Amino acid sequence: MLLSVEGVSLAFGGVRALNDVSFDVRAHEVRAIIGPNGAGKSSMLNVLNGVYHPQKGKITFKQKVFADMDSHEAASMGIARTFQNIALFKGMSVLDNIMTGRNLKMRCNFLQQALWIGAARREEIEHRRAVEEIIDFLEIQHIRRTPVGRLPYGLQKRVELGRALAAQPELLLLDEPMAGMNLEEKRDMCRFVLDVNDHFGTTLVLIEHDMGVVMDISDRVVVLDYGRKIADGIPEDIKNNKAVVDAYLGVAHA
Amino acid sequence: MNPSIEGLDTFPKLLMHHARARGDRPAIREKDLGIWQTWTWRDFADEVRSLACGLAAEGLERGAHFALIGANRPRIYAGIAAAQCLGAIPVPLYQDAVATEMAFPIRNAEIAYALAEDQEQVDKLLEILPQCPSLKRIYYDDPRGLRHYDAPELMSYEQLLERGREAYRREPAFLDAEIAKGSGEDTAALFFTSGTTGVPKGVVLTYTNLIERSRVVAEWEGITDRDVVLAFMPPAWIGQNIFSYAQPLVAGYCICCPESAETVTTDMRDIGPSYYFAPPRIFEALLTQVSVRMDDAAAPKRALYHYFMGLARRVGERIMEGKPVGLWDRLQYSLGDLLVYGPLRNVLGMSRIRIAYTGGEAIGPDLFVFYRSIGVNLKQLYGSTETSVFVSIQPNDRVKPDTVGPAVPGVELRFTSERELLIRSPGIFKEYYKNPQATAEAKDAEGWFHTGDAGYIDADGHLKIIDRAKDVGALSDGTLFAPKYLENKLKFFPYINEAVCFGHGRDKVCAFVNIDMEAVGNWAEKRNLPYSGYVDLASREEVYALVRECVEKVNADLSREREIAGSQIARFLILHKQLDADDEELTRTRKVRRRFIGEKYAPLVAALYDGSAAVHVEAQVRYEDGRTGKISADLKIADARTFGADAARRAA
Repeated sequence: MLLSVEGVSLAFGGVRALNDVSFDVRAHEVRAIIGPNGAGKSSMLNVLNGVYHPQKGKITFKQKVFADMDSHEAASMGIARTFQNIALFKGMSVLDNIMTGRNLKMRCNFLQQALWIGAARREEIEHRRAVEEIIDFLEIQHIRRTPVGRLPYGLQKRVELGRALAAQPELLLLDEPMAGMNLEEKRDMCRFVLDVNDHFGTTLVLIEHDMGVVMDISDRVVVLDYGRKIADGIPEDIKNNKAVVDAYLGVAHA
Repeated sequence: MNPSIEGLDTFPKLLMHHARARGDRPAIREKDLGIWQTWTWRDFADEVRSLACGLAAEGLERGAHFALIGANRPRIYAGIAAAQCLGAIPVPLYQDAVATEMAFPIRNAEIAYALAEDQEQVDKLLEILPQCPSLKRIYYDDPRGLRHYDAPELMSYEQLLERGREAYRREPAFLDAEIAKGSGEDTAALFFTSGTTGVPKGVVLTYTNLIERSRVVAEWEGITDRDVVLAFMPPAWIGQNIFSYAQPLVAGYCICCPESAETVTTDMRDIGPSYYFAPPRIFEALLTQVSVRMDDAAAPKRALYHYFMGLARRVGERIMEGKPVGLWDRLQYSLGDLLVYGPLRNVLGMSRIRIAYTGGEAIGPDLFVFYRSIGVNLKQLYGSTETSVFVSIQPNDRVKPDTVGPAVPGVELRFTSERELLIRSPGIFKEYYKNPQATAEAKDAEGWFHTGDAGYIDADGHLKIIDRAKDVGALSDGTLFAPKYLENKLKFFPYINEAVCFGHGRDKVCAFVNIDMEAVGNWAEKRNLPYSGYVDLASREEVYALVRECVEKVNADLSREREIAGSQIARFLILHKQLDADDEELTRTRKVRRRFIGEKYAPLVAALYDGSAAVHVEAQVRYEDGRTGKISADLKIADARTFGADAARRAA
């Protein structure tokens, strides 16, 4: 077990975003979190990488128990994420954006970096190599030097995935990686997500609205509704789960 | 030229010679992880040696065929050379072909061993495995995504190389003996031509064919081992293969493999090739990019550009050809070179080009003159797979844009009474593989190759090609109808990407048009014309008006040429989809398959001729992954003005 969440509750004033949610993530699996709008999916992701601090519950990551995560700590322990609304540096090139993903791995101090001698230089070459491997992996060589702001949406999403990968995370959180994409872009992204899982052995937790995608690529699915977990299991079971169908389609109130 | 390659009659012998003579010079470069990696001739020969020993250990025998499927990668070229070392015959296949298209060559040539670049190609080969019982081994270069594949046919390139290294250690003399067994009369390679009609044919070329032609042209053009070529077209196309395999092995120059298909422009700028070959559409795409960006530039820049381009059109070519030009114009041209032409060549990656060829299709006169006028020595070349490419080339100082130049040394040309061009040269192919009937039709007893192209030799001895001989037809009133000639004239407009003309045996000429999405899209944006996609844009009234203007210009042009003034385009429609090789509408080399299109869109053709103003269409499209889908649309049909000979004179 790589990660487990037990009895996590999160409230913003009177709004209960998460209510006693528990689930776990096995190493190397693709775990999807689904649910209707406002179900608490993004809040859950934010709890996992320490943006939000839950009032109750505990999180176990790599055998260490936390009442809440600290985002810096989460990152250094190997959790990376992408955002629902792309959060890249628009004016910087693809290469530089992905390079920022290596930030936590840089060991040299400011002076060494500024002078760019010895260790700093070796380190940069090593990081650049890692970044180039990601560029090759995501097939974005042709936009290496392009400022991110000039790229179409689908490619920006890919660059964001690249930046998250640059941190060589053990656990990668993807918040709606395919939102707003056309069919072809979605298909490409699916392939990259699966390749990341297969090639780097990265464990993935993803939020996605496209049910076709979710059922195709995830090993297990958690379903949230109004901050509660209503189902958890393999895609086939989720598809036939009455509570899930009701949550999505609504039920007639007699 | 270097007399030391005399007597080296096969590519493996040439390769080993270069490894000795210029072992530390670059043979192949590849951009990998953002950095150009160099393989010297010695590295390349070592790789080939190990690979060949590996293939021999795997059981590849003399005379057997070895398929190679992939983009320009050093390892693909090493695979070609390795097979040849053993006397086996490499068969490069188009990497963008769909799986079913690969089945024919593999069955036809009874291919047992194949080298695939990556997962995409492996998938295709595995898919057709049941139809191709001969195929027993698939080697793959890039292992990405293949970790969980357990097909017994698969083996990685690394493993193969390892086997080869072992075998080489055990028996180091084996390979040299195998190489020595090869002779110039042996088959060097089998190239499948895409075939505008019917099934593809395997063209058998010998070492002598390829080496002799490459050598003659290298000598004639002064190509040396200091030249550099960027290889970016499919290696299965002879037009790429001759410049990135045959000729470098003869002249010893270096070839560069781009990082990916999308990075070619950047890589070209990195490398600055000195020797270049590309079909006209590449030059066209580059020019379109330049024009689009120039249109977006600030007014002073635009004014500067237009002023100096005007000057270049007037005197640029004459200056390059060393013809007399006034001092004032010369001074201005030097200034233009500093301000416009030089930077432009640099942006195109053409700063160092000594010789650039184009061929395979007709090139628009404006396009052709553009490159020449900014100082790029672009020349047209005529040839085909069956002739080992080089038949005629425009000489440096005597370029006539509407011809393909005089015959290269060693080539004899002749015409039949139907104007079909016949060629005899040392480069003429041996035969079509397992197809004696087609061989007999194409190559007569005296060794003349029937090209199927219609043309003539002009007063200066330059060859002019007008169309395929069998496509040259007549309207019902007997007027000469050369569809490709018309289509090319249409395609020379930046807004028109493809065109298909009909008219043989009919009362008038009608055309299908494909708009160029980039150029027309930009044009629409400038006019604040909203559109949702290709289908929408193509059906716009404004776009129809734009295309009508182009068609009418062609008509005015035609009306000035007496023999074909009657074949002006009367009606046209803009197709709802781009013609695509995946839908079999184009060949893999992007030639229009007119008859197939005519049958596939028969209702559209009928509507063009029955006078209706619109027609409904539903068409099947095939996506890149082989799935199919449907699109439907209502297409408008438009009339275009035609010109009588008198009207044309008035208009002009």
